[in-house]
Amino acid sequence: MNTNNILETIKMIEEENLDIRTITMGISLLDCIDSDGDKAREKIYNKITRSAKELVRVGREIENEFGIPIVNKRVSVTPISIVAGATNEENYVKFAEILDRAADHLGIDFIGGFSALVQKGYTKGDKILINSIPEALSKTKKVCSSVNIGSTRTGINMDAVKEMGEIIKTTAELTKESKGFGCAKLVVFCNAVEDNPFMAGAFHGVGEADKIINVGVSGPGVVQRALQKVKGEPFDVVAETIKKTAFKITRMGQLVAKEASKRLNVLFGIVDLSLAPTPAIGDSVAHILEEMGLETVGTHGTTAALALLNDAVKKGGIMACSHVGGLSGAFIPVSEDAGMIDAVLKGALNLEKLEAMTAICSVGLDMIAVPGDTSAETIAAMIADEAAIGMINNKTTAVRIIPAPGCKVGDMVEFGGLLGRAPVMKVNENSSELFIQRGGRIPAPVHSFKN
Amino acid sequence: MKAILTVIGRDKVGIIAGISSELVKFNINILDVNQTIMKEYFTMIMMLDFENSDSNFDIVKEGLITKGKELGVDVKIQREEIFNSMHSL
Repeated sequence: MNTNNILETIKMIEEENLDIRTITMGISLLDCIDSDGDKAREKIYNKITRSAKELVRVGREIENEFGIPIVNKRVSVTPISIVAGATNEENYVKFAEILDRAADHLGIDFIGGFSALVQKGYTKGDKILINSIPEALSKTKKVCSSVNIGSTRTGINMDAVKEMGEIIKTTAELTKESKGFGCAKLVVFCNAVEDNPFMAGAFHGVGEADKIINVGVSGPGVVQRALQKVKGEPFDVVAETIKKTAFKITRMGQLVAKEASKRLNVLFGIVDLSLAPTPAIGDSVAHILEEMGLETVGTHGTTAALALLNDAVKKGGIMACSHVGGLSGAFIPVSEDAGMIDAVLKGALNLEKLEAMTAICSVGLDMIAVPGDTSAETIAAMIADEAAIGMINNKTTAVRIIPAPGCKVGDMVEFGGLLGRAPVMKVNENSSELFIQRGGRIPAPVHSFKN
Repeated sequence: MKAILTVIGRDKVGIIAGISSELVKFNINILDVNQTIMKEYFTMIMMLDFENSDSNFDIVKEGLITKGKELGVDVKIQREEIFNSMHSL
């Protein structure tokens, strides 16, 4: 019995906000496909509520016995565009509503998979699903939606990019009472992954098993505290410290994933190594970067600091865990990270710097509020920029942006809970309209031809 | 099943006696114990064996936390795997 180790673990949980962000059960809905929409929805409801019946109970049980908080219990499903595409229906809002009902019944926090994969082109189901997103997100509480519009292998579907700019605007408009909250549940991806446990972008890929358990860890506070002990030391020491800490954090994830998988009798999928921040003090990725010696995140040096962090987290995490997957990097959402919010308010962090940061970490422009009068084309162009970064760098990038209706630069949009609060940020006001109007596809980059 | 019990709080007479008598009620054996005073704070870590206990983990946990409140100390009980997995390969 090593008392120092025991006390260290307890301190991480009690004082440094170490937790498991989510246990996410992926459920395939491919066997629920039916040409009759009502029948398909009945099968979907039954399969989800049957498969994840014990998810919340087991999550609480593990939390209780091991003394590690598990913040969310979630479900991800096969992209609904594939499942609903077999019906003759022209609107898929009812599918979102059935997912919401299933989530309510189970008592889970979110359900992801109101999704479409259109990186190369649309099917009929994709088209209808995308058009249903604004209404679906305004009528449901727990449903999350994502659309993959590009990949390194296929290039970027610029028709979809243009359309998503409009969809985001409409979603904001339909949820204007909550300052565009619907957009917080919608992610536009390039190189989306099929086993991501994090929302809003989780869906259950078609290459996955029938049911799977994926776990997302958290713990920026633990990394920051560890770095406080190596003040002034060279970066070699910083990297080693982060690696060791990431190892310990990930071991928790692996233990919880294995235990959940055993108790639920569902295959263990992956542990996602991402350091997910929350708006709570002491749970910020920005503060880790500042601990490395930056006055405020966003200043010169931020990208280098983030590159080191992201890489060291992976190196430590991969050794700690039998299967790593999902997004696995540092998250830099603005509204969900107290340090990021402060940096924006101080004027130290702008969209341009955030874009640079997204080139070397997971995931992208995340939980950023922009003025309500930002045009659909400007939002589409931001998506195109992020997709280009993902496509060229062979990584996942995403855009989760909220054009908050009626809000101007400097206003604060409050979402509450894990989603936090977002200061409305300035966008470049010069038009991208003619660029976006072109449509078509940006071809896949030369380095994608590896066969 | 083995679990780690940690007890932290202001030192006073009867903490070990109180916690141990609670464990006896549940027929839980103490495999190892380490106790010290850190900056006036009583800190005790015990390794417990549930093998011969018929009581469910939740009931034991509740009983110990209630006892801790009576004694004015903070009591935590966690399965030992969490510590093993974090600190050993």
